[in-house]
Amino acid sequence: MNFAPGTFTPAPGRGKLGRMLLVHARTEAALTLRNGEQILLTLIIPLALLIALALMSVIPMPEPRVGSATARIFALAIISSAFTGQAIALGFDRRYGVLKRLAATSLPRWLLVVGRVSGALAVVVVQLLVLGVTAALLGWTFPLAGLGWLVLVTILGTLSFGALGVLLGGSLKAEIVLALANILWFVLLMVGGVALSVPVGFVHLLPSAALAEAMESAIVHGSAPGIGPVLVLLVWGLAAGTLATRTTKLT
Amino acid sequence: MSPNPQPPAVEVSGLVKRYGSKTAVDGLDLVQERGTVLALLGPNGAGKTSTVEICEGFRRFDAGSVRVLGMKPGATELRPRIGVMPQGGGGYPGVRAAEMLNLVATCAANPLDPAWLLEVLGLEGVLRTPYKRLSGGQQQRLSLACALIGRPELVFLDEPTAGMDPQARRLVWELISALRGDGVTVLLTTHLMDEAEALADHVVIMDRGRVVASGSPVELTSHGSDDQQLRFRARGGLDTSLLSAALPEGLRVREASRGTYLVEGHIDPQVVSTVTSWCAQQGVLAEELQVAKRSLEDVFLELTGRELRS
Repeated sequence: MNFAPGTFTPAPGRGKLGRMLLVHARTEAALTLRNGEQILLTLIIPLALLIALALMSVIPMPEPRVGSATARIFALAIISSAFTGQAIALGFDRRYGVLKRLAATSLPRWLLVVGRVSGALAVVVVQLLVLGVTAALLGWTFPLAGLGWLVLVTILGTLSFGALGVLLGGSLKAEIVLALANILWFVLLMVGGVALSVPVGFVHLLPSAALAEAMESAIVHGSAPGIGPVLVLLVWGLAAGTLATRTTKLT
Repeated sequence: MSPNPQPPAVEVSGLVKRYGSKTAVDGLDLVQERGTVLALLGPNGAGKTSTVEICEGFRRFDAGSVRVLGMKPGATELRPRIGVMPQGGGGYPGVRAAEMLNLVATCAANPLDPAWLLEVLGLEGVLRTPYKRLSGGQQQRLSLACALIGRPELVFLDEPTAGMDPQARRLVWELISALRGDGVTVLLTTHLMDEAEALADHVVIMDRGRVVASGSPVELTSHGSDDQQLRFRARGGLDTSLLSAALPEGLRVREASRGTYLVEGHIDPQVVSTVTSWCAQQGVLAEELQVAKRSLEDVFLELTGRELRS
């Protein structure tokens, strides 16, 4: 093959930040939404559980039953994608060398993190829309006064669980991440204060219980979340984020 | 001479990199001028990848100094100016080939046309194929595209043709020649002698973290006057003392293995004539007579040893 002289003449330069962020976040979100296992984890299972919790009275739940179920499933959806999904994706992305690949471009380091977080938030928005519409069909009425709180709790929950996901997915082998992230998801769902309100004191110190409680305040009562759950989420998120900056490896 | 010369593309001095108790790079010095192709050649474990990854800003080092285009490796202003092809490529497992290259192209101010580059690299048939389903050679080609898309001044290619078939290898060689022609500086690692010989202006042979030889391929293969040899086959056990006496000072004759004779030193037409006359006197025919320059492979094996490394 012949290349015209000047084809590769250097013309370096960094792309536009806004466009880099948009394309990076869009790629991350598209990869999640195209992945069958991720869809099962982030949408199908939460959807099935929402319907089961709302319609079957096997699990005791405070009234209004559909509202309480929706709050818990919103919390579960955030945990599914920000924590479990993010950890697994990061574990395999490292295995396939994508972090090194992107770190070698002119993407600033902060944009690599913000792009990933924005991608995860976009997925969470899709999840909450699908779950919210389903809940409405099941008879849930959303107190509009809670909309601002819902947005805040969603962002805080995504960031905290995202940091935990990066902590888990950023240093261990991909297969170990896969196993641990799924086991922890199940444990948090069953005894971490998500599906059931557990009356044991320390459970309230778990980020899962805190997120479910904060979500319940916002979307069942339309009120501000208590200071306790917010603090719990903040502390877990900051601790995980700080630790993750030291333990996360490119490959 | 320009009064304010540009700093070299790559300038490494006294570089040391340790992994635990193992020293991977042990006091390496290296200078690469702009617009040249430099090949780091060495056996597995010689410290090539460590050196390149330090220049790319991916690894810290323990001692020495490293400057890339006059800057600290990994500096934010430096990254848009360099292109990197990491060993073994890199991409999201589920990303489509075109999607990956578009993402990397977005990071550059004046990228090449991604569709054109994918076609040049023979990837137009796998634009929508997820990265994990590409063959090793296709992943390598996509990785090369990602390294070149931003029109960098300097590219680091870590084993660029590993896992490629001969056609793809030839294409990559042509690409590297075109890059050089357009003034792009290329630093590549390889353990393929022909690759280094065909592409590089300057070859640096590394072993056990040190530079054991460096120079242009011609300098390395014709260093001094002892680098040529005349080889022929004839009846075994001939008395070579008469031939030795007839040849000029400084030439050595030996029977390397039974029936294979070597004359080493500066071989000129007179030497060939002397050898064939001597054969005629002995009543033997010199078969398979050849005069050969040392190949880069000979130099390499001489410097790094012939035994297999574990």
